[in-house]
Amino acid sequence: MIQLNNIDKVYATNTIETTALKAINLHVEKGEFVSVMGPSGCGKSTLLNIIGLLDSATNGEVLIDGQSVQKYGDIKLAKLRNQKIGFVFQSFHLINDLSVLDNVEIPLLYRRMSGAERKRKALAALEKVGLKARTKHFPNQLSGGQRQRVAIARAIVGEPELILADEPTGNLDSVMGAEIMDILMRLNKEENTTIVMVTHDEHLAKQTQRIIRLFDGSQVG
Amino acid sequence: MFLNYLKIALKVMTRHKLFTFISLFGISFTLLILVLITSAIDHTFGPHYPETKLDKTLSVTMGLLESDTNGTYSGPLFSPWFFKKYVKSLKTPKTISLSSFHNPIQVYKGERKINMGIKYTDSEFWEILDFDFLEGKAFNKQQEENIEYVAVINEKLRNEYFDGQPCVGKYIEADGDNYRVIGVVRNVSILRIMPYADIWVPMGHTKTDLNKPCITGTFPGWFTMLLAHNKKDFPKIQSEFQQKLKNIEFPEGRFNKLLTNASTYGEALARQVFRKETGNIGPFMFILFVLMTIFMILPAVNLVNINMSRIMERSSEIGIRKSFGASSITLVGQFIMENIIVTIIGGLLSLVLAGIILGIVNQSHIVPDMTFTLNFRIFGTSMLFAIFFGFLSGVYPALKMSRLQPAEIIQGGNK
Repeated sequence: MIQLNNIDKVYATNTIETTALKAINLHVEKGEFVSVMGPSGCGKSTLLNIIGLLDSATNGEVLIDGQSVQKYGDIKLAKLRNQKIGFVFQSFHLINDLSVLDNVEIPLLYRRMSGAERKRKALAALEKVGLKARTKHFPNQLSGGQRQRVAIARAIVGEPELILADEPTGNLDSVMGAEIMDILMRLNKEENTTIVMVTHDEHLAKQTQRIIRLFDGSQVG
Repeated sequence: MFLNYLKIALKVMTRHKLFTFISLFGISFTLLILVLITSAIDHTFGPHYPETKLDKTLSVTMGLLESDTNGTYSGPLFSPWFFKKYVKSLKTPKTISLSSFHNPIQVYKGERKINMGIKYTDSEFWEILDFDFLEGKAFNKQQEENIEYVAVINEKLRNEYFDGQPCVGKYIEADGDNYRVIGVVRNVSILRIMPYADIWVPMGHTKTDLNKPCITGTFPGWFTMLLAHNKKDFPKIQSEFQQKLKNIEFPEGRFNKLLTNASTYGEALARQVFRKETGNIGPFMFILFVLMTIFMILPAVNLVNINMSRIMERSSEIGIRKSFGASSITLVGQFIMENIIVTIIGGLLSLVLAGIILGIVNQSHIVPDMTFTLNFRIFGTSMLFAIFFGFLSGVYPALKMSRLQPAEIIQGGNK
């Protein structure tokens, strides 16, 4: 599903160069649930962004389903993100001006689909996360846990093969965090969705099939 | 997708009330001014009552006299002799009329003073202009040549002098003479300076010597209207006129060169503004066009600024949309569409405001006998301009934001 070959990521300004990732080699199989751990600033989110095609590597090669994406242009990358990847962010990143339903529909806006079909799929996704009754609410009317469930519904509405979750429980208390983890586990088991999750929480990481450990931009385990 | 964009556009408008106010104010105020100015210009220079044949009419009103020793003289005061000799004798126009500008006079009805404007004119005047006669008719060639004491008056004067009663056949005193009223016409706005008057009499009644050989005339000045068979004849008429001027006499002896032209209203205005009596006025019209364009561009530049701030505030949304499959092009489209929606709302607001202001102007009778109306053709054109600039003002900020890496905005965006 995902293959990273010798990935380096260097952030350069006029005066300083910061290496965020060094020679990362990674292979994630379809249907795997992998967690990425490491101290703050070790490059976990950068790695996730490169896997999710939200950022480009300075050196190395990213392959999704065996296809190298290095030479893909903006439109092709956008299409790949839309078709294959769903994101869950620590701080939810919902659009406050849109209702829950409209937020969940966002990935489907960039596909050829009727409004009715979009709505049907969005409602189905919300049902999976237990929020079908809140479709007309706005994000700021929901609790943190509910917002993250909306974010998960948005991530899965397009039925992507890969979900990238960047500390999805980081802003939630332990009960809500456990609920979110349950949903992710279920998606992985029942729908065979590949999940790569960045977390600080050793307890959550242990529930996944494999842990990748980073330190100072290098893979240490 | 459009519905989603519309929802977002409206939400953003209500969320950022100050930005929205500034944007809408800029758009609607610019359009409002354009619509009001063009409405005033249209009603002054457009083909409206009684000048419905303006598209086929040229006029000679003013010129520039030059002298090697006495300097220059510029103005509308050509003499009737000049017009008779060099304009009325032209062969190409279908009809040529010579008239004075209106001359303000006062008459007394009993103890009551009535102010009015008198115009001395010929029978051709009534052929070129389409006056609405409420009663009676205009004077004819014979009455003009016989200098009969006949007059056409307007409705306002009928109301003031004859208490609104039918008055054809009755007498009215003007400028020391008694005229028999033979026709009453609907009022003409004072902005239409060529046809405007309250009373029109045969030109022989003027105190001015119509046959005195001189180029310059006296107050209130004279002018000619030249009705062409069709618009295509304009160059021929202008050329024939210039040909005549080559052999012009200068009876006063003070001047030795005259620059003037048979012009349309627009040209005459441009010539007066730019002090150019002959030759091609294309470059000047171009300058006018550039000035109007700048007038439209300035608010557009301001809008770019406002849009930049608005879009920067929504970096998180851009990051989210990019993450879930929006390409840069799609996002540019979204922001431009939002901009156009705001522009259209601003445009509609300006339409309402213009309607209200024109209504107030019409009600207050600031300009007597003039009813300003919204010119939807001009409004439509202005709206297209506004949408175009709305488009332009959205492109740059949208392009700039859409080029950012999604990871960058997601990490830096608001939560």
